[in-house]
Amino acid sequence: MLYFHYIKVIIQSAMEYKASFLLGAIGQVLVSLNGLLGIYFIFARFHIIQGYTLNEALLCYGMMLLGFSIAQCVARGFESFSQLIKSGGYDRIMVRPRSPILQVLGSKFETNRILRILLALGMFFYGAAHCQIYWTADKIATALFMIVGITILFMGLILLGASLCFFTIEDSGILNILIHGGNEHGKYPIDIYGKSMLKFCTYVIPFALVQYYPLQYLLNRTSRWEYGLFPLGAIVFLFICYGVWRFGMRHYQSAGS
Amino acid sequence: MKKYISFFKMRFYAGLQYRQATLGAIIVQLPWGLLECLAFHTFQKVNPQAFPMEFSAVAAYIWLKQAFFVLFSVWGNVDQDVFDMILKGDVAYELCRPVSIYKMWFARISAIRLAGAALRFLPVLAAASLLPKPLRFLPPQNIFVFFIFVVTMLLGVGVTVAFCMLVYITAFYTISPQGIRLFLMSVVEFLSGSIVPIPFMPDTVKNIVEWLPFAGMMNVPFRVYSGDLIGMEMYKAMGLQIFWLFVMAAAGMVLCNKAERRMTIQGG
Repeated sequence: MLYFHYIKVIIQSAMEYKASFLLGAIGQVLVSLNGLLGIYFIFARFHIIQGYTLNEALLCYGMMLLGFSIAQCVARGFESFSQLIKSGGYDRIMVRPRSPILQVLGSKFETNRILRILLALGMFFYGAAHCQIYWTADKIATALFMIVGITILFMGLILLGASLCFFTIEDSGILNILIHGGNEHGKYPIDIYGKSMLKFCTYVIPFALVQYYPLQYLLNRTSRWEYGLFPLGAIVFLFICYGVWRFGMRHYQSAGS
Repeated sequence: MKKYISFFKMRFYAGLQYRQATLGAIIVQLPWGLLECLAFHTFQKVNPQAFPMEFSAVAAYIWLKQAFFVLFSVWGNVDQDVFDMILKGDVAYELCRPVSIYKMWFARISAIRLAGAALRFLPVLAAASLLPKPLRFLPPQNIFVFFIFVVTMLLGVGVTVAFCMLVYITAFYTISPQGIRLFLMSVVEFLSGSIVPIPFMPDTVKNIVEWLPFAGMMNVPFRVYSGDLIGMEMYKAMGLQIFWLFVMAAAGMVLCNKAERRMTIQGG
């Protein structure tokens, strides 16, 4: 409940600068529109890629962008965590009698992702309506699991990147590639990048669990309904990242002044 | 002319100080380039007739883009300091100098970009040359192609900087230029062929885009390199590059002079 109070205050303060909020939000949408136009042109030329049609790719991109945007919106405090460590702000958080995770989550809330979330929802519903999917309860559940799974996976990656800051203090670029690369290149179903990339994304970074496998069931390319449950694996991933976070916190030596 | 060359040198050497960026470049640019190559490899496999270029040419295009992204970036974080000067009012100091602001900033922006690229391009291209066959970055076919590549590359940087200058100059005329800037930059990013190479665009779009100044940015040099752009088409593209460079630089100089005459300094 404290969290919602945090969020309310942040949104209120962002709304004090309406013009800058609007411009920031539009900028976020323009970047994603470029990606969308790119997909459109590629499909206009090649029609069907690896068995996927444009509508199916839009469904996939919409879900990916939706999860990514929600994760960025909520976990923004962890994305800029190195600043918090460098400024010594984290020391202040540690002495307060509330959970550090709650406080970091509540320290920032990226309001200007909201338009992009709407764009992602639009793509998702457009794709969902035009993909010849018969929306039974299990399909709906699969789609919901996917969106939740993608959000959790990105949150886990962001948390993992923040945990590394306990050791490196500086932002490490590696996780940024996984996060932004995951969004940028996750717009196509992963098997477009070939078999070895699919294996990498199944066993190392579980992108395929939340995207490729459940998508196969959603698009009637397999009858194995258990694929629809794969996104729940993202919860396991989040717990692993949480473990790393706990480990990092125990080894934290203050850096700020 | 001499003073602009020294401005250029100053910023170039200053830019070379950020050596850590080299490591960052390999870590970031390589996986991104690899994923893009893999995607295009699949596109070619599923529909070879619709694929408008040789695959090796696409691979070269992608790797050059990754290696030289600083040169052709229109997003402006590359030259943030010039932009900040206008917004924060530091431009007042610049006006005190007995030089043309336009030429000085042109030299400055080009220098920052070239220094950034000089640090980054070698490791990226070297690593890309070691990849397995279809994805590998290949050397140019002959010395003539390489020569034209260097010439079109310099022209392309000129076109990019001239365009970015035009956008920065709008900051003189509007106090909050962020909106126009965001819009222009993202449209141009697409039209320059940074998201999808221009040959992959639908024919009607392609025929228009090829005449625009933005096609003269990365599109021309990268396609010259791999031998995708040759003969008359190549000379036409070079002519367009020179044409747009002069038009945009002249427009920029006129607008800049006009702005200098009555300028409101923001901030303090």
